Amino acid sequence: MSGIVWALLGAAAAAILSGMGSAYGVGVAGQAASGVVSEDPSKFAKVLIIQLLPGTQGIYGLLVAFLTLSKIGVLGGQIAEVSLATGLLIFVACLPIGVVGLISARHQGTTAAAAIGIVAKKPEQFGKAMLFPAMVETYAILALLVSILAVTGIPM
Amino acid sequence: MAVLKMQRIAVCALKKNRKAILERLQALGTVEVNICLPEEEGLKKMDTAGSRSSFLKYAQMAERGLEILQIYCPKQQSMLASLAGKPLVEKEEYDSVIKSRDNLIGDIKKIIDFDKEIAENKGKLQKLDIQEESLIPWMPLSVPMNYSGTMQTAMMVGTVPGAQSQESIYELFMKSAPEVEAVDLEIISTDRDFTYLAVLCMKSDKIRVENALRSIGFAAPSQLLNKRPEEIRQGIQKERERLLAANEELTKKIAEFEKERERFQLVADYFRIRADKYEVLGQLPQSEHVFFISGFIPEKYAPSVAEELSEKYEAMVEISEPSQEEEIPVLLENNSFAGSVEGVLSSFGLPGRGDIDPSMIMSVCYVFLFGLMLSDAAYGLLVSVVCGVLIRRYPRMGQSMKKSLQLFFWCGLSTLFWGIMFGGYFGDVINVVSRTFFGHEVGIPAAWFVPLNDPMKMLIFSMLFGLIHLFLGLGIKGYMCLRDRQYMDFFCDVVLWFCLLVGLILILLPTDLFASIAQTSFLFPGWVNTLAKALAIVGAVGILLMSGRSSKNPGVRIALGAYDLYNITGWLSDVLSYSRLLALGLATGVIASVVNQMGTMLGGGIAGAILFIVVFLIGHTFNIGINLLGAYVHTCRLQYVEFFGKFYEGGGKAFHPFKENTKYVDIKEENIL
Repeated sequence: MSGIVWALLGAAAAAILSGMGSAYGVGVAGQAASGVVSEDPSKFAKVLIIQLLPGTQGIYGLLVAFLTLSKIGVLGGQIAEVSLATGLLIFVACLPIGVVGLISARHQGTTAAAAIGIVAKKPEQFGKAMLFPAMVETYAILALLVSILAVTGIPM
Repeated sequence: MAVLKMQRIAVCALKKNRKAILERLQALGTVEVNICLPEEEGLKKMDTAGSRSSFLKYAQMAERGLEILQIYCPKQQSMLASLAGKPLVEKEEYDSVIKSRDNLIGDIKKIIDFDKEIAENKGKLQKLDIQEESLIPWMPLSVPMNYSGTMQTAMMVGTVPGAQSQESIYELFMKSAPEVEAVDLEIISTDRDFTYLAVLCMKSDKIRVENALRSIGFAAPSQLLNKRPEEIRQGIQKERERLLAANEELTKKIAEFEKERERFQLVADYFRIRADKYEVLGQLPQSEHVFFISGFIPEKYAPSVAEELSEKYEAMVEISEPSQEEEIPVLLENNSFAGSVEGVLSSFGLPGRGDIDPSMIMSVCYVFLFGLMLSDAAYGLLVSVVCGVLIRRYPRMGQSMKKSLQLFFWCGLSTLFWGIMFGGYFGDVINVVSRTFFGHEVGIPAAWFVPLNDPMKMLIFSMLFGLIHLFLGLGIKGYMCLRDRQYMDFFCDVVLWFCLLVGLILILLPTDLFASIAQTSFLFPGWVNTLAKALAIVGAVGILLMSGRSSKNPGVRIALGAYDLYNITGWLSDVLSYSRLLALGLATGVIASVVNQMGTMLGGGIAGAILFIVVFLIGHTFNIGINLLGAYVHTCRLQYVEFFGKFYEGGGKAFHPFKENTKYVDIKEENIL
């Protein structure tokens, strides 16, 4: 298998795994949000913000995938020569945001669902409610950082 | 730029002025009522619960009436109407409307009754529908449903389960009653679940036929009317028309009250204000001739209020400093820039006892960090312009909404600045458009550098900004210690930490590790290196020895110190946390360029341009939305967790003055302070 396949596999893994996590997270939070809105539609904006929080992992995955695609020239239409070693390097560089994105988005989703519970009972505590899911996201950001630095740092 | 100083105000006045004083205080809205008078003989509280709940009932009734009006003759409201705020009503107009409040309440009652009648009629209509539906299978029957037969014959109607044919029913019937000879089983109609039958037999056979039918599941309908189904149906239709006409008439009657909408709103507000007043009235200790009221008042309003009350209403007014044990309500006062973060601050918690109001410093940091995270000049300009226009357009919008929009206005300007620094204008739209549609690529170069091309540099600067932010927080803590004259705390908790951290940073900078990350190397003269080591050691040893100074036991003291020293990892994670500045900044730019790239899939030409415009509008709207949210959440997080963690406790109680808490209008009062 040549390097370009591995590199593309990396980009795909970053987008697929973190996207899956975000889809799950936003879904779980959305169920909780729907419950709140069915009782009190005026809380829509607040719960929507919290529901969207686990969605960022998917964007981080997209970001890394995009960086990888432009690096190997898939986007520009001129596919670069990628050796097997470089391809594997790129693949591994994509893994942090993929794997951490998947798991952190799932957990952020359940945390966001719980935070929506706070908003339902005490809407004035919105600031604090928003903070708990944001704590989970820190680790996705750290993983994103490693992936970005690694992908941009690998020489072609 | 601070927490307003509160004073305690105590008023003692004659009962004949009670109404006037309470109304004046409510109109001023500067006093939070908080009675703290000792229980004394002869002082009684008035029971106002009854009148208060009746006022509340009227207020709710008026609101219900307005809701009904909104349902039957909806007032068109634009999406931005919620920003417009409450209209201002002249005092004279308000008073004249309130004079006729009894008539207005009568009108509102009428509206509510009409609505009830409409609902009842709707219920009846539904019942008619059900009735008609159950009648449909019987439609072909041309005798009344309860027709019992002729002189010699008997007739019954009813259903048997399942869709059956004439033969199968006869077969079933004959099996259970073979001796009956003359019987006519006529199928009126069949549906999926039932076969509808009319049975004719000799009167002498009636009992046997009935028994035989029952054994095959024959059941008479629940209601037998003495009319033909056709007639019943006509009756239903007539009734339905009557009800529909009645409802239309009632709707028209409700719509006639459309022009009274504003006056209903005033009445609703009037009763709400009165209910509030009676709630306060119920708390006041009163003797035979005088009453007492006390509460908190911001210092700057105290003299004028005291003067007015004592001169106009012959009241005894006493202003004093609140005692230390009391929980003093918090009211912030800031200029319009710093005030814009008050909403963000209060959602964490207002300054508690001993806290300073961090609004000013926090607003600068907030706007700075927000801009770094969004970092796109065009997005920033857009956000600023939209917020600015909304603020100009709706001068009477609610305070908290106005503050949020102001905050985003400033954040937008900061975003514009950082966008220019990093060369982001809708991502790379200028390059993409010039390349695709005009053949040669032009672009605005970044004023500083492009983070995507040099992420390590951006990472280092993110952490540098973070470090400054954190040191600022520690500095504020130092200031608070000095203000409270706790010099020991200042030295141990602030100075020693500064020593340790600065020392460690100075040790880190010249190392190969840092050089490989930052791609620049620092070379310090020897004395700086020695100084760095000395600072770090002094700091570490000092913290180890001094952090547990509250404990007498030396072993415990050292252990506490060691635990506090372990906080160095907390500092590391705090600084690393600012790497989100890089991550979010890149996210904005990269998604924007993905959007631009998608837009150019058809290349140049007319079709390409159309596709580009569509993708551009949808994609960038999405990107602005998602990244505004991200920047907002994560800037809040950096403030709440990293920055406030260094010095701020929060937990203050907000100042809730006794005022005219209206829902629909603001009433213009004379001589407001």
